[in-house]
Amino acid sequence: MDKKIKFRVNGTEHEMEVPTNRLLVDLLRYDLGLTGTKEGCSVGVCGACTVLIDGEMVSSCLALAVFADGHDVTTVEGLAQDGELHPVQQSFIRYGGFQCGICTPGQVVAAKALLDQNPRPNEEEIKDWMMGNLCRCTGYYKIIESIEKAHEFAK
Amino acid sequence: MIAFDYRTPGSLEEAYADLKELGSDGKIIAGGTALVIMMKQQLLQPTCVISLRNVAGLSDVAENNGSVHIGGLVTHAHLDASDVVQGKLPVLGATYHHVATQRVRTMATVGGGLAHADPNQDPPPTFIALGASFELSSAGGTRSVAAEDFFSDYYETVLEPEEIVTGVSVPLMGANSGAAYLKFLPRSADDYATVSAAAVVTLDDAKTTIKDVRIAMGSVNTTPVRATASEDVLRGQPLKAEGLREAGEKAKDHTDPVSDFRGSGSYKTQMAAVFVRRALEQAIANAG
Repeated sequence: MDKKIKFRVNGTEHEMEVPTNRLLVDLLRYDLGLTGTKEGCSVGVCGACTVLIDGEMVSSCLALAVFADGHDVTTVEGLAQDGELHPVQQSFIRYGGFQCGICTPGQVVAAKALLDQNPRPNEEEIKDWMMGNLCRCTGYYKIIESIEKAHEFAK
Repeated sequence: MIAFDYRTPGSLEEAYADLKELGSDGKIIAGGTALVIMMKQQLLQPTCVISLRNVAGLSDVAENNGSVHIGGLVTHAHLDASDVVQGKLPVLGATYHHVATQRVRTMATVGGGLAHADPNQDPPPTFIALGASFELSSAGGTRSVAAEDFFSDYYETVLEPEEIVTGVSVPLMGANSGAAYLKFLPRSADDYATVSAAAVVTLDDAKTTIKDVRIAMGSVNTTPVRATASEDVLRGQPLKAEGLREAGEKAKDHTDPVSDFRGSGSYKTQMAAVFVRRALEQAIANAG
């Protein structure tokens, strides 16, 4: 059973028929080719599939694609502006916020959501917010540092 | 996930009509964090999913006439951040902040969580201790059910197939009252509890006697439970450490936990006694 939906991904309008049982993560990866968003646990625990809907972070593995109807979706591909990486992406590079990289898209999208409402979060605020983004390389301290210092790259 | 029809009623009346037409083939979806997982696992296979995303008027938190009213579609994150809750019922915001992670709290709704009725959830013990009531609505009207009477068995509630949890009403706490919710989780912070305990204590003006008390626990039985045996040893009694210990011991009368990877049944029962006592101690400190 399909449903016609209209939505924006990283500012680009899309209008398409999607099966109602399509998950947002699959719509992004397989229908739109935006493979930056990863699927890890598939049950909303690991955070690899984190995307923003109208600026609010959600697990795209738990969101039906039809939930996007009429809304703005932001994925990791949409963070860079005019060819320049988002400050938090620059900070992840500068301060070594990733090792193997599989969790990184979810980490930076979650961090962007935090920085949008709190540009200078302290360590406790970062830990509380980022608790749902797991890194099995356990590089947490570098991730926290990268988010704490992202303001250095803000224009 | 099997294929399903997807409807987006624009009002509660339309949603009630959909439920009536579809019977048990239809399932309400709000945030979807619980239902989508159950559908992926094929524990539930509705042929039609009825989304409440286009239903207005159920997303507010407001105080009136001595109680706080929470719409059924208020998200966990919204409730946690609500000025009304932070100012008047901080224990409720703290309880919702314990649920999973910020990402899940952004999606999950108050009404949806209650209808899901996992006995390990955080909010139900706090709602029971606060004396909250849930609004269950259908085409026939709205009925109010006390939080402690809502949960009937493992993932089961008294919600009828044509009813929707449209709101929660929580009375404000009186003078000399304090509340606490404690979650014991030896694994990761986003997990369900091994045991949890909520307490609301009201002291007399001299703050030497327990005038009233309500205690509830999660993860220790097939439903969240009110620990009336613990309350009975405290109500009207002078404030003494020995009484709090005894109340903790009495909480064991209400436990029948399953053994799982969060702890054996007997361990959970022992921990229930400890966490009921600690919740009482904290609630009393907050009442001071």
